[in-house]
Amino acid sequence: MADEHRKVPELAKPALWRRPAVRSLFFQILLVAGIGFFGYTIFQNTLHNMEQRGISTGFGFLDNEAGFGILMTLIPFDETYTYGRTFLVGLLNTLLVASLGIFFATIIGFIMGVARLSRNWIISRLATIYIEVFRNIPLLLQIMFWYFAVLRPLPGPRQSLILNDTFYLSNRGLYMPSPVFGEGFWMVMVGLAVAIVASILVIRWARKRQEATGEQFHSIYASIGLVIGLPMLIFLLAGSPLSWDFPVLQRFNMAGGMVIIPELAALLVALSIYTGAFIAEAVRSGILAVSHGQTEAAHALGLRPASTLRLVIIPQALRVIIPQLTSQYLNLTKNSSLATAIGYPDLVAVFAGTTLNQTGQAVEVIAMTMAVYLAISLTISLFMNWYNKRIQLVER
Amino acid sequence: MKKIHAIASAVTLTAVMSTNAFAGATLDSVKKKGFVQCGVSTGLPGFSSADEKGNWFGLDVDVCRAVAAAVFGDADKVKYTPLTAKERFTALQSGEIDMLSRNTTWTLTRDSSLGLNFAGVNYYDGQGFMVNKNLGVKSALELDGASFCIQAGTTTELNLADYFRANNMKYTPVTFDSSDETVKAFDSGRCDALTSDQSQLYALRIKLGNPDGAIVLPEVISKEPLGPVTAQGDDEWYKIVRWSLFAMINAEELGVSSGNVDKMMSSDDPNVRRLLGLEGIKGSGLGLADDWAVNIIKQVGNYGEAFERNVGQGSPLKIARGQNALWNKGGLQYAPPIR
Repeated sequence: MADEHRKVPELAKPALWRRPAVRSLFFQILLVAGIGFFGYTIFQNTLHNMEQRGISTGFGFLDNEAGFGILMTLIPFDETYTYGRTFLVGLLNTLLVASLGIFFATIIGFIMGVARLSRNWIISRLATIYIEVFRNIPLLLQIMFWYFAVLRPLPGPRQSLILNDTFYLSNRGLYMPSPVFGEGFWMVMVGLAVAIVASILVIRWARKRQEATGEQFHSIYASIGLVIGLPMLIFLLAGSPLSWDFPVLQRFNMAGGMVIIPELAALLVALSIYTGAFIAEAVRSGILAVSHGQTEAAHALGLRPASTLRLVIIPQALRVIIPQLTSQYLNLTKNSSLATAIGYPDLVAVFAGTTLNQTGQAVEVIAMTMAVYLAISLTISLFMNWYNKRIQLVER
Repeated sequence: MKKIHAIASAVTLTAVMSTNAFAGATLDSVKKKGFVQCGVSTGLPGFSSADEKGNWFGLDVDVCRAVAAAVFGDADKVKYTPLTAKERFTALQSGEIDMLSRNTTWTLTRDSSLGLNFAGVNYYDGQGFMVNKNLGVKSALELDGASFCIQAGTTTELNLADYFRANNMKYTPVTFDSSDETVKAFDSGRCDALTSDQSQLYALRIKLGNPDGAIVLPEVISKEPLGPVTAQGDDEWYKIVRWSLFAMINAEELGVSSGNVDKMMSSDDPNVRRLLGLEGIKGSGLGLADDWAVNIIKQVGNYGEAFERNVGQGSPLKIARGQNALWNKGGLQYAPPIR
C-alpha cells in the first residue's frame, strides 16, 4: 500500500525545466533583465554621447548662483540664490496654482454638476452651456483668453481701480494690504487651534447624541461660533496684535502689501473653469448612477430635497465620482505647466525653462522635472484611492 | 519567444547606439539630405523673419544661406527651424539642426559646457532698454522699482539682474518664451520697460502699436557678441560655417560684392584671387569646391551688403554700422586672411 502511494507522484513529476512555474519564472527574470539592460544601455549611451560632445553632466550645477530674478516667489529669492533654489521656487509656484485650482474646480464642478440636473429650466440650461462651452475649447486658448482679456482692458498702475483705499486693481495685478503679525499673535493662533479641536469634539458629541436619542443639535452654528469667537476674544484681550501693510503707489509700480499677479489669476481662472466643467460631468454621472428609488425612499421618510441630496444621494454618488475626480485632479496639476505660455513662473517655466537654458543641463533638469510631476501625481492618486476606499467602507 | 525578443532588441539597440562617431559626419549628412537645416529665431525683423510666403530674410538668415552656397553652390538649399531662446541649444545638441544662426551671445558657459562651438561674430551688440515716452525716463538709472518684460533663458535676463544689483536698485522680471509675447506684454502695459539687445529693441519697436511712443535709452549695459553656432565635435563642419562668415567679411574688405564679383575674377590682386579660389589653397582644406566663396558673394553678397540690406540704411531698422564696421573703418569686424 505505502509503496504504491509513493510511486505515483514520482512518475508525475516532470524535469525541472519542464515545470510551468519554473519556466514562467525563468522567462520573467529574462524579460526583467532584458528591460534592465535596455535602460542601462540608454543611460550609458547618453552619458557617453554627452561626454563626447563636451556637454557637462551631473547635479553640481544646482549649487551655482542662478543670477536671474523670478516674478513671483513664495520663499525668499533673489539673483544670489542657487539653481537648486529656483527648483524650489518653481515647485512651490506649481503646487500653489495646482492646489488652488483643485479647490476652485471642485467647488465649481459640484455646483455645476448638480445645477445641470436641476428641475429649474434656466439653471440647468445655463449649467449645460457652461459645461459644453468650456469642456470643448483647448485649455491653452482659454489661458491666453483670460490672460489677454484680464490684462489688456485693465488700466496701468497709476490709474488703478481703487476700492476703499485698500484694494488696487491694475494690469500689474490686484494689490491688497498684507497682515503684519505683532507680538502675542501666536496666542490667537493657539486659540484658533483650540477652537477647531473643540468644534470637532462638539460635532462628534452631537452625532452620538443624535444616534442615541434622535435629537438634533445645531453643531454647525456652534462650531462656527467657536472658530470665529474664541480667536476674536483672545485677539481683543491681547491688545489687537495685528497691523496692515498697505500698498503704496511708487514711481512705476505699487510697492508693499500683497499682490495677486495677473499671470496667476489668468492661469487659475482658466484651470478652475476648464477642469470644473469636467468635474461637473463626473458629478452628474455620479448622481444619475444613484437609483431614483433612493430619492423616493428618502422623500417617503420625510426628508426635504436639500437633505435628501446631502445625506442620501451625494454619499452614494461619491463612489462613482471619486475615481473620475482623481483623474481630473491629476490633469489639472499636469496642465498647470501651460503656465509657461503666459509667463507665470511655475516649475516648467522657471526650472525646465530658464534654468535649463542658463545651465544647458537638459537631461538632469528634465529628469528632475519629470520626477516631480510623477511624485505629485502619485501622491494625489494615493490620497484619492485611500479616500475612495474609506468612503466605500463607510457606505456599506 | 520572449527570450528571442529580448535578445533581438538588445542587439539592435547596441548596434544602433554604437554608430555615433560623428566627427565629419555633419557635412556628409547635409550633402545627403541636400539642404542645411538652420535654426533661426521665431521672428525678429532684420535678423531672421519670414514674409507671408514663408521665405526667410535677415542678417542671421544670410549666414545660413552663405553656408548653403559654400556647400551646394546654391544659397536656397536651406531649411529653417524657428526656435525660441529656450529651445535653441537643445535643438543643436540633439542634432535636430545643423547650425544655429539666431542672435546668440557668445559666452564662456555656452562655449565650454554646452557642447557648442561659436563660429564667429556676425553682429556686435549690447543690451539696452526701451520705455514708453510718457514715463519721462531719460536714463536706465531712473528705473528703480520698474518691471521688465524679458525673453526667458537669455543672457539679457542675467545682465539685467547684474546691472540692478550693481546699482543697488530693485526690479520685477516678467519673462516670456518668445519675443512676440514679450513685446505684446510690453505693448499692453504689463511692464514699464522692455530690455533686450539694442538691435532687437529697434526691431521689436516696429511691432508696437505706436512705435513712436517708445524710446530706447542711451545705456548699453553689456557686450553681446552674436554669431552662428555649431555642435562641438565636428571640426570640419565648424570650419565651413566659420569661414563662410569670414568669406563675407573678407569680401567686403577687398571690395568684392555681388555686383562686381564676375569682373573681379580677372583681378590681379592676389588677395582677391585667393578669395575667389583662383590661386592658393582654394576650397580643398575645407572639403569644398574651389568657387565656394564666389558662390557666397554672388548669391548672398559680402558682409556690408548683407548688413545694409537687412538692418542698415536699406531696411526699416536703419541701424548705423557703428562697431559693426570693418576694423579698418573704425569698427570691430575683422576676419582672418584667406591665404
